[in-house]
Amino acid sequence: MSHDVIRSTVVPIIYLLSTVLFIFGIKRLSKVKTARQGNTLAALGMLLAIVGAILELGTVDYRWIAGGMILGTIIGATFAIRVQMTSMPEMVALFNGFGGIASALVATSVYWELVVQQGASGTVADVVGTDEAITVMLSILIGGITFTGSIIALMKLQGNLKKGQPILLPARHFITFGLLFASIAFGATAVVAAGSDSILWVLLLAGGSLVLGILLTIPIGGADMPVVVSLLNSYSGVAASMAGFVIGNPLLIIGGAMVGAAGLILTQIMCVAMNRSLLNVLVGGFGVADGAGGGGSDEYTNVTSCGPEEAAMVLEDAESVIIIPGYGLAVAQAQHAVRELADMLKARGTKVSYGIHPVAGRMPGHMNVLLAEADVPYEELLEMDVINPEFKSTDVVIILGANDVVNPVASKDPSSPIAGMPILNAHEARSVFVVKRSLSPGYAGIKNELFEYDNTMMIFGDAKKVLQGLIGEVKAL
Amino acid sequence: MTLGPLLIGIYVFVLASFVGFEMITKVPPTLHTPLMSGANAISGITIVGAVAAATTAPPTVANILGALAIVTATINVVGGFLVTDRMLRMFGKKKK
Repeated sequence: MSHDVIRSTVVPIIYLLSTVLFIFGIKRLSKVKTARQGNTLAALGMLLAIVGAILELGTVDYRWIAGGMILGTIIGATFAIRVQMTSMPEMVALFNGFGGIASALVATSVYWELVVQQGASGTVADVVGTDEAITVMLSILIGGITFTGSIIALMKLQGNLKKGQPILLPARHFITFGLLFASIAFGATAVVAAGSDSILWVLLLAGGSLVLGILLTIPIGGADMPVVVSLLNSYSGVAASMAGFVIGNPLLIIGGAMVGAAGLILTQIMCVAMNRSLLNVLVGGFGVADGAGGGGSDEYTNVTSCGPEEAAMVLEDAESVIIIPGYGLAVAQAQHAVRELADMLKARGTKVSYGIHPVAGRMPGHMNVLLAEADVPYEELLEMDVINPEFKSTDVVIILGANDVVNPVASKDPSSPIAGMPILNAHEARSVFVVKRSLSPGYAGIKNELFEYDNTMMIFGDAKKVLQGLIGEVKAL
Repeated sequence: MTLGPLLIGIYVFVLASFVGFEMITKVPPTLHTPLMSGANAISGITIVGAVAAATTAPPTVANILGALAIVTATINVVGGFLVTDRMLRMFGKKKK
């Protein structure tokens, strides 16, 4: 078969198959039973796409390609195998950043090859075509933002950068929008600049987009990172799609567009769960500026605390227990301890379930992944709408490192920063135990009324240590 | 009516976005993280473009940029799919 036939017929068919595998893959990824198979299908689609890309090239010098793939595989696999389940959000952010920068690099490389290295004299639009020139610039812009945005998100998730607190520069909206418009102008100028004159503008665009990624992410607090990571995920899809326009490959356009849409939907789900608009999240500064909200004093007056032994005595008589995990569970790596406690309670005939708030943790579904690692059956993890009617008839609620998502003020005080956010109605249970290191406020920066309720007892300490204490006490019953 | 390559591309982009939207609605929260991480791995499809950008031997700027694109896209693809599989393996293993 001649290489022409391969390029004109075989390769497009391979790309089509690859697209179909992606669609089946994502479809199956959205159901628990078929999810793993879906991921494998998508990976097969990717393998097929790479085979297609290499066939399309024909005989070339493969050294750069092979070297790059081997190095990338070693780095990617090492990360993927070594990462702790608690650090999964950081991992996704990091991979996402790499995907974004890859699209920007592809576009820059195509530009450099065709315009700079060929010593072309016409404008960039003349040499590569107007459409391609525009999409080159868009790939660089979106890919660059995705890269640095993801790195900042990663650092915030790790608790670096002022412990993930929003960083608010003076006149930040002015600076950010100014730079955004400037970057668009750099890109537009590059499109119509002649030959090597365009290099300066492309470099300015690349630099501007990298700085933009930082500026857009630093004002957003660590707990909003689920929204940011999922939005950046969407961006990396769009960047790949733009790269597809540059090289005229529909596979990239389709794959990228699907990821872009999927990321947007997940972003939307997160925002609805917090009753906040995407704009409100992206503007940033949440929980910093309006600390006075929430009405009343931020001081706690009527807080009772107890130790594991008292809690164990209450648990002894409980017929039903609901556990509400939050970010503190992930920080303390307490997922195995919580399952051990649940197993002991279940062995005593107590009904145990878990109430999972949609934005608990630092990424969508974070708690589900953590508890799955500890072998908690996913049937026991109940969504907010399902579990909320249960609290009234529940004897004991144990809150592990969650705060704002159980604050009753959300439904009571319209002036509160979290007003209208759907919460888990933990306060309706007969007794509530809050395991927490201190009375420090959660992400919203406000006091949690629940801690003052008469049916609430605080157990101060690290979630894992407290759980181990509880396990010891329950064992002794 | 004849569609140029750009318009065909835009048609494909818009239709694929709808496919993406339709597929993702009603996903159980348990799968949000794996879905995000799996979709993220798919965005590494840009590797197809990266491969075409590093095809000659002499170390030119375009080649080095292309090779860097291959490295980063491969990290995204291999890491993304592997880590998703690790998560999903945990969801599956309780079915004993």
